[in-house]
Amino acid sequence: MAKMSVNDNICKGCGLCIHVCPKKIIVLNKTVLNAKGYHPAKVDEMDKCIGCAMCAVMCPDCAITVEK
Amino acid sequence: MASNQKVLMKGNEALAEAAIQAGCHHFFGYPITPQTEVAAYMSKRMPKIGGTYLQAESEVAAINMVLGAASAGVRAMTSSSSPGISLKSEGISYIAGSDLPCLIINVQRGGPGLGGIQPSQSDYWQATRAPGHGDLHILVFAPSTIQEMVDMVFDAFENADRYRMPAMILADGMLGQMMEPVVFPEKKVVTFDKESWATNGHKNQRPHNIVNSLYLQATELERKVKERFERYEVIKAKEARAEEYLVDDAELVVVAYGATSRIARSAINSARAKGVKVGLIRPQTLWPYPSAVIAKAAQTAKAFLTVEMSMGQMVDDVRLAVNGKAPVSFFGHTGGVIPTPAEVLSEIEKLTGGDR
Amino acid sequence: MAIVYQRPHALLDVPTHYCPGCTHGVIHKLVAEVIDELGIEGNTVGVVPVGCSVMAYDYFACDAVEAPHGRAPAVATGLKRAIPTNVVFTYQGDGDLAAIGTAETVHSATRGENITVIFVNNGIYGMTGGQMAPTTLPGQVTQTTPYGRDTDIAGYPIRVCEMLSTLSGVAYAERVAVDSVPNIKKAKAAIKKAFTAQIEGKGFSIVEVLSTCPTNWGFTPVEAIQWLRDNMMPYYPLGVYMDRTEEGVKHNA
Repeated sequence: MAKMSVNDNICKGCGLCIHVCPKKIIVLNKTVLNAKGYHPAKVDEMDKCIGCAMCAVMCPDCAITVEK
Repeated sequence: MASNQKVLMKGNEALAEAAIQAGCHHFFGYPITPQTEVAAYMSKRMPKIGGTYLQAESEVAAINMVLGAASAGVRAMTSSSSPGISLKSEGISYIAGSDLPCLIINVQRGGPGLGGIQPSQSDYWQATRAPGHGDLHILVFAPSTIQEMVDMVFDAFENADRYRMPAMILADGMLGQMMEPVVFPEKKVVTFDKESWATNGHKNQRPHNIVNSLYLQATELERKVKERFERYEVIKAKEARAEEYLVDDAELVVVAYGATSRIARSAINSARAKGVKVGLIRPQTLWPYPSAVIAKAAQTAKAFLTVEMSMGQMVDDVRLAVNGKAPVSFFGHTGGVIPTPAEVLSEIEKLTGGDR
Repeated sequence: MAIVYQRPHALLDVPTHYCPGCTHGVIHKLVAEVIDELGIEGNTVGVVPVGCSVMAYDYFACDAVEAPHGRAPAVATGLKRAIPTNVVFTYQGDGDLAAIGTAETVHSATRGENITVIFVNNGIYGMTGGQMAPTTLPGQVTQTTPYGRDTDIAGYPIRVCEMLSTLSGVAYAERVAVDSVPNIKKAKAAIKKAFTAQIEGKGFSIVEVLSTCPTNWGFTPVEAIQWLRDNMMPYYPLGVYMDRTEEGVKHNA
């Protein structure tokens, strides 16, 4: 049981988390546009998250928190 | 150096000793004639008192080391001569823009370019008009004796701290190289609380302090600059200084600063002996400029003569202060060619109608 | 559930001005994590450069000074000499450190100045819009090398770690990259080693971090990572170029 959460206000939608996620479960949330005009990252299938935190390590904006 | 004891000292060394006694334990320098004795003296004394003497790789680096040390909240200084001050001008602008105190000594030599190594006063414009890029001023002190160099070092550090801005002692090669008896006064060093702005580590007890001159929002930049200029107005009202000598009944007032004022004084004494009503105004601060003293003299004097070791730079400020009330003439020589008392006397006589 | 990964305390919770995918943010995070792990935020002072990271003083929670272009090592020298018990680091880009500030870099290194330099090498001037840097690769197209960097005209890139490793004052010099999670972890270890060397008074330490500039390179963030691997890493090999962290640099004639 693990959980990654994204601070939508800080995320710039760069996609580096998507690139490094070993489970390929991160996508950009095209339904949300933050104040800076970016689509933030999100995980739909959270049950597949293994809490490895590679997304958070790679994130240049410290937008991701991972719990396990 | 014991206090209140008369010693014979070279100007450059007296400057350095005064700085140490004023609580400056961090000196960053670079050799250049005719100020090198400041650095040499510091290199000898600082290790003995647990202070820092560091010979930087350039004047540029030295002034930025001063920026760093001043940011940490300590009294810091650097010293150079004209070409080196040009190199420091970048750092001076940043220090002013970051509201940091420090002391810069300029033992002037002739310019432009590499110029010469003889005494000069041709950096007046640089010191008072454009010590660096941007809207800024620095405090500029103009000593005329070794004793005054010592006293002004204390004042410069104190006012730099008080107003959070750079201060400069604008000396010249003559003052730097000559020896005179000097007394180191038992002055109490006035200290200022710098905790609200110094980047000395927040110790997990306050928000982080930032020393910075960048304001990308134009309105914010203007607010900062205007705030600084309000401070400058206070300084202009309180800190302008000049010595007046035989001015009350003078028909001709000579205006001269630094080493040149000593020559002017000799000429004035000779002229007075001949019955010529001439006096001297000697600005001790060049920024703020003692315009009020000159303006007051302009109410009674018939003419002014400015004497400088330059092609005529301070004369601009004399004309601004006199404001058209009397003619202002200029006499001077450039770097290394020191005006003689006889030459100045001859100018005085020319302007006052010769021997009476 | 326990928190596995969150923002370090030494990095303030504010959005940065960096472009999407710019790895400056990763490097900021690593520096902040090291500050947290060493428990030194209260006595650390950062010196930030002119360039993209000029506003890093708003991001780090420690005290910070904004230095003139290239002068960060001189400013850091003043800060460190004033209060030697403080930890002083500079954060500089390639234009700042290896062009306008080369003298300050070389001389603070050769003095064995007990400071830590974080050198972000992305081979381009980012803030001014993508001009040639001292570390721009031969043939690399920038705004001011529109036909590719011609070494006959513009000379060759500077390999900073290699150059500085010849100096006796350098206690630690390592080149790392932030292109992958394993390399990011190595980069953090290098930064921690460099800060530790300073805390132990060993002398000058520098960590050169190969970083991306997606915007000015003209790539997506993911493509930029690949470009860094394919082009920068062969020219600027990763590794430790000097390690005197045991003995230090004093009396190292």
